[in-house]
Amino acid sequence: MSVVVYTEFEEGKFKKTALEVASYAKGIANQMGTSVIAITFNADDTAVLGNYGVDKVLNLKEEQLNTFVASAFAKAIAEAAQAEQAKVVVLSSSANSNYLAPLLAVHLKAGYASNVVALPTSTDPFTVKRTAFTNKAFNHTVISTDTKIIGLSKNAYGLKEHEGAATEEAFSVSLGEDDFGVKVENVDKATDKVTIADAEIVVSAGRGLKGPENWEMVEEMADILGAATACSKPVSDLGWRPHSEHVGQTGKPVAANLYIAIGISGAIQHLAGINASKTKVVINNDPEAPFFKAADYGIVGDAFEIVPELNEKLKAFKASNS
Amino acid sequence: MKILVCISHVPDTTSKINFNSDNTEFDTNGVQFVINPNDEFGLTRAMWFKEKQNATVDVVNVGGPETEPTLRKALAIGADSAIRVNTSALDGYQVAKELAKVAQDGGYDLIIAGRESIDYNGGMVPGMLAGLLGASFVNKCIALEVEGNSATAVREIDGGKETLSTTLPLVIGGQKGLVEESDLRIPNMRGIMMARKKPLNVVEPQGADAETKAASFEKPAPRGDVKLAESVDELIEMLHNDAKVI
Repeated sequence: MSVVVYTEFEEGKFKKTALEVASYAKGIANQMGTSVIAITFNADDTAVLGNYGVDKVLNLKEEQLNTFVASAFAKAIAEAAQAEQAKVVVLSSSANSNYLAPLLAVHLKAGYASNVVALPTSTDPFTVKRTAFTNKAFNHTVISTDTKIIGLSKNAYGLKEHEGAATEEAFSVSLGEDDFGVKVENVDKATDKVTIADAEIVVSAGRGLKGPENWEMVEEMADILGAATACSKPVSDLGWRPHSEHVGQTGKPVAANLYIAIGISGAIQHLAGINASKTKVVINNDPEAPFFKAADYGIVGDAFEIVPELNEKLKAFKASNS
Repeated sequence: MKILVCISHVPDTTSKINFNSDNTEFDTNGVQFVINPNDEFGLTRAMWFKEKQNATVDVVNVGGPETEPTLRKALAIGADSAIRVNTSALDGYQVAKELAKVAQDGGYDLIIAGRESIDYNGGMVPGMLAGLLGASFVNKCIALEVEGNSATAVREIDGGKETLSTTLPLVIGGQKGLVEESDLRIPNMRGIMMARKKPLNVVEPQGADAETKAASFEKPAPRGDVKLAESVDELIEMLHNDAKVI
């Protein structure tokens, strides 16, 4: 019996979400009195996983798995999980993990709960708390299968360091041509920018900015804070910003530690999309904007005066606190 | 090409979410139900295939009779026929198994589902359906072209996008981007009239089991009042000392 965690290794290192899911897997393993086994693909150095509670790493070294292919990754993780008699398999909420998790569930005939925000409240029956109705509510889900799959919501559990070392073992899987039926032709990824999916801080702006030419100050704030940029639905619909930045019920969900909303009134669909964020800050010239009711901090005023001043002062603050 | 579009019947995005007195069920009182927005993008893309490539488009839903107005709306938008699997949707796995049966019986080449429903947000039905069918699968699909037996799809990845090629049968988890929002179809009077005459077939379920159960619900704790800063300096001080986020 074990808790297995899939730890994503990309561009020469483990993603921060990989360390978070490892921390979470250790929490479950403690509840169940068992060990944590991490599965990773073609990692150079797996030692860091020991600091987050991993006891053993199965490092699958397969050249054909250098590129993410959901069906092949799902099959490989399933084989490793079966070999380790996994009771629970934990994954992150990255685009790739969300892609492979349901395929993995079919391989393992396992019940799957996504968007989980806390350790199980009970391991028998196995019950987890997850978000539902796009963050407008929580749902306590009971998973009844022998093997359970959990997709952990980003930033929900945080990083928990442990004293410990992980042993590494090689693991090979039997993959055939059928497992690579979907081929990656081209990847178009902005490598120099913080993405909404990975960001601790998201700076978002809405129609209050009046036009796409005014986004420079938003991007400047994102640069200063090491944040990702985002926008409201009307802004992406107007073509001021790409659809990939649209945050909300039909756009991207944001579970950042800090979400700064500039010139966004706070439609119910937008609030649902950002509700999982921990601290919300609103900058808006309308004191009656609904967003103020959903925010932790706010400042009422003209974004064109406040944002440039805030940028200058944040720069000075960062310089004196670095 | 035979296309099956999976339609989830969900509360409108503006709905206030409430539960019954013991918090075990969603309270549908006063709630307007709509086609799941992610499915709506997929349905409109399917209409494009119908009009440009002579595809046939069926829609399917797993649910009770109360979901039929949502299926009729899909017919009014232009789907050729609808199938309702006559059972309550219990969890993603059960829904995927019921849909897999319909997909197998119908011999579909392309199955379009939304990447997730906006009620339970499981994000599992399209992937499980593909896994059960042994079909190709592309999740978070934002563009799709099909030519003969080959498909080219673009999916969203963290921080960008990826172009994929594969063969049919194919299942996609679709979302905004598959078509422009401005291209989404609103049923017109002619469509509504025609929809009344289109077949809506009710099929009995195969009795698939659920693997998970939504045991209870809770709403987020009420939030305290917003703390308003009088100046930019005060805002920075709050974020540093009070919230400890910078």
